[in-house]
Amino acid sequence: MALSIPYLLTIITFLPLLGAAVVMFAPGDGTKKWLALATTLVTFVVSLLLWTNWQQGEAGMQFVEDAVWFAPLGIRYTLGVDGISLFLVLLTTFLTPIAVYFSILYVDKRIGPYMALMLLLETAMIGVFLALDLVLFFVFFEASLIPMYFLIGEWGGQKRIYAAVKFFLYTFAGSALMVVAILIVYFSAGTFDIVALQSTPMPVAVQTWAFLAFSLAFAVKTPLFPFHTWLPDAHVQAPTAGSIILAGVLLKMGAYGFLRLAMPIFPQAAQQFGPLLATLAIVGILYGALVALMQKDLKALVAYSSVAHLGYVMLGVIAMNAQGVSGSVLQMVNHGLSTGALFLMVGLLYERRHTRMLDDFGGLWASVPVYTGLFLVVAMSSAGLPGLNGFVGEFTIMLGAYNYMPIFAVLAAAGVILAAWYLLTAFRKMAQGEITNPANDKHHLKDLNFKELVMVVPLVILFFVIGLFPNLFFDKINPSVEAMLETRTVLLQQGTAAQMPSLELAENVVTEAK
Amino acid sequence: MNSAALALNLNAVLPELVMVVAAAIVMLLDIFNRRGRAPTKAWLPWVALAGVLVTGAVSIWLLGQPVTSFQGMAIHDERAQALNLVVLTGAALSILLSVRYIPTVNHQTGEYYTLLLLVSTGMMAMGSATDLMVVFLALETFSLGLYILAGLNRKSLRSNEAAMKYFLLGAFASAFFVYGAAFVYGATGSTRFDLIAVTLFDGKADLPLLYIGITMLIAGFGFKVSLVPFHMWTPDVYQGSPTPVTAFMSIGTKAAAFAAFYRFFAFALPTEQATWGWALAILAVLTMTLGNLVALRQSSLKRLLAYSSIAHAGYILVGLATATPAGIDGALYYLISYAFMNMGAFAVVILLERQGEMDAEGDRLKGLSRRHPQLALIMSIFMFSLAGVPPFAGFFAKFFVFAAAVEGGWSWLAAIAMLNSAIGAWYYLRIVVDMYFAEPTADAQIEPQQVSLPLTITLGIAAVFTIALGVLPSLWTGLVQTGVVSTLALR
Repeated sequence: MALSIPYLLTIITFLPLLGAAVVMFAPGDGTKKWLALATTLVTFVVSLLLWTNWQQGEAGMQFVEDAVWFAPLGIRYTLGVDGISLFLVLLTTFLTPIAVYFSILYVDKRIGPYMALMLLLETAMIGVFLALDLVLFFVFFEASLIPMYFLIGEWGGQKRIYAAVKFFLYTFAGSALMVVAILIVYFSAGTFDIVALQSTPMPVAVQTWAFLAFSLAFAVKTPLFPFHTWLPDAHVQAPTAGSIILAGVLLKMGAYGFLRLAMPIFPQAAQQFGPLLATLAIVGILYGALVALMQKDLKALVAYSSVAHLGYVMLGVIAMNAQGVSGSVLQMVNHGLSTGALFLMVGLLYERRHTRMLDDFGGLWASVPVYTGLFLVVAMSSAGLPGLNGFVGEFTIMLGAYNYMPIFAVLAAAGVILAAWYLLTAFRKMAQGEITNPANDKHHLKDLNFKELVMVVPLVILFFVIGLFPNLFFDKINPSVEAMLETRTVLLQQGTAAQMPSLELAENVVTEAK
Repeated sequence: MNSAALALNLNAVLPELVMVVAAAIVMLLDIFNRRGRAPTKAWLPWVALAGVLVTGAVSIWLLGQPVTSFQGMAIHDERAQALNLVVLTGAALSILLSVRYIPTVNHQTGEYYTLLLLVSTGMMAMGSATDLMVVFLALETFSLGLYILAGLNRKSLRSNEAAMKYFLLGAFASAFFVYGAAFVYGATGSTRFDLIAVTLFDGKADLPLLYIGITMLIAGFGFKVSLVPFHMWTPDVYQGSPTPVTAFMSIGTKAAAFAAFYRFFAFALPTEQATWGWALAILAVLTMTLGNLVALRQSSLKRLLAYSSIAHAGYILVGLATATPAGIDGALYYLISYAFMNMGAFAVVILLERQGEMDAEGDRLKGLSRRHPQLALIMSIFMFSLAGVPPFAGFFAKFFVFAAAVEGGWSWLAAIAMLNSAIGAWYYLRIVVDMYFAEPTADAQIEPQQVSLPLTITLGIAAVFTIALGVLPSLWTGLVQTGVVSTLALR
């Protein structure tokens, strides 16, 4: 019998917040740093209980907690986790210690507030994935803006202020209408409960408007082409740890929003707008890849590759069939790990050379073989090489997309080729050829040390674990996905049945008119 | 009607009576002070504060025992008590802000505190009035006091201008109000809200006359809560008045006028809701949009907060336009949240002022986080809350008001209001950007004489409640709807 703890989800969510408060008042920078790391590690260990105590094969929400938050409007504090959110929570608790540890090694400026913000961010992110009440979800969703805004604006690169403000205003404006949509949904369906909403039929008009408003918020967050323009700025300017979190977890909040809310709650509208969204996703895949191909700045390249990768995730979500959705869930985790790792590698290189321009490098194979070797693995994971994690996710999504509309699968496949192209081009410029710049040779450039390996190696191990044993993960994801799709199908049939009488009536009118 | 109902039930005006007594005590203490017999001057703010607290306790005690009195001209229900609490919160916090501040602009602090309490009395009476004449009396009580308070700094040209402008335009607004009341009386034969409603229900009212009257009443109310297009005075008066007065005005006036607004429209004109609902909705859209757009371009902090307060008046009006109980409760939640976050913002403005200057340029916020990290943190909380970002009070304030709007079928209005709050986020965020990311200028520092313990306490209270109301909204709704605190502590 595994160890079971009451209020497990609340503890996981608010442990970092507690840590943030402690860090704020702790004396000394050294103490603050290690307290922050300890908090994230404890959170990770506690979150592993979700895995060990998991009810295998159970499709519904687990570890549910439920309390009244604000009675007059029926707002509840409901947390729960199912196969769809499980791995996103674990991804968050897994990536945050890595990001914090990287910051311990390389950030010296105002470390106290920095660590407190990282911890606040972790609470907000976990909260988004665990919330089962629309209002609670929205509160966490919006609250994540504030710490990220400060992280970019205070510890970012040259144009950090512009990037921070753009990030904040884009996402804030994007979700403004979602508040109204949430309210419309509430007064139409009578509840904020996300699980109940997934099986509550709603009028098509309500669905259309609410779906559009939700989609806008999530499309900005994901980001879906053409709402992606804040992303490259934010990524390039953010500090490395910020990029890891931003790419690794924060972007998933958008795709997760589509998957958990927009698609299943408004099935008819989602069906109607599906092809449009899928087209945008495809454009994002191809556009992101092409722009990445042109980048000279390694970090910008990774940022645009994120746009492309999130396109796949969205494609799977929109397909709304078992393969597509399961693939998307796994691919969200994969993208978090791979892109997080890519940003980490770029950050490690940047701390050594203080440049990210591809042209400044060359011949790194010879000088820093361990780094280069790991970089290659990470890049291949991102490109979707079979045997590594990216392949499993992309392949499953492709299957789903083919079952949805074959043309999308064909176009998406083109994106895979492009991904291999830009990643290998980047790798060639960086690692191969002669050492042209003396700063890149053995004497000036140090290879990864033990502390840095501690961050990279766990990620790489996970690449292989997911790549070789995907069923470890799919076994937990699939039941929930199938249950969700089943509820959705029922809802869709009800919707069509409800429309039938009015259709018949219309036909009658037409025939009578004749 | 039996004799018991005819007998005066003083409970209906008990909070106001207590407040007047407190004002009288302050005035008397001040007389001793002038004779030079006892150094009572230092006590004045604390006596005034005690008066406010006692009144608050009385208000809470009265919760859950609604009474009407004076032949139906005044009512004390939960909403009236809730309004009292909003006004008293504003009054208490501005007294704390005034302790150090007011002696620097005017030595007659006795008059100041007396007036502040009397103004609060008028504001509280607004919320319980159910007769146009009583509304007018209350309106004038607090307006006259505010005219004087605005011009408290006799040596400052700007303060004089503010008082003059406020008085002249305010007098016009009052005239409109009375004239409107006269038309309504002419159309319906009564000034009492319930009788007006009955006349309308029976179809005996002269509608054209009534509409002229209502239009004028809206102009009168609109002036007090600074709705566009009756907002012109706001930035000048806000800028020219002593900052604690501005802070109090921004909350108390709004709360009082909105309360009377609601009583009049919901009690007297329920049958005409289709008409005035639309009128208020359009005013709300104009008000919030113009307030936000103009606020984008302000450099003076007080002018910025003035335009932001216009925008917030627009959001609150959304709650009134729906005319549902949920809308009113939402508006009240908005007002109490606004009281805390705006008071906090004005407290920061005071800290940034120079001796005798009564305003601060936005530039002074630059690099504040380097020199005063705690202050910058607290100010950020107020700014994010004003912008409506969770988990701060401003978010639930908007959420509740807009929930009422959506419920009442005004989804488009809620959508416009939310888009507006996205515009608003821009200038609140700019303040945060200045505080955290801009290089400090030589000018950007706090002069030590602006700092005082009461002010620090105000900041603390405002920050704590801005967060508390954002995390636990039932704190307030529980208090004003079921009187939880009263059952626990006072009965």
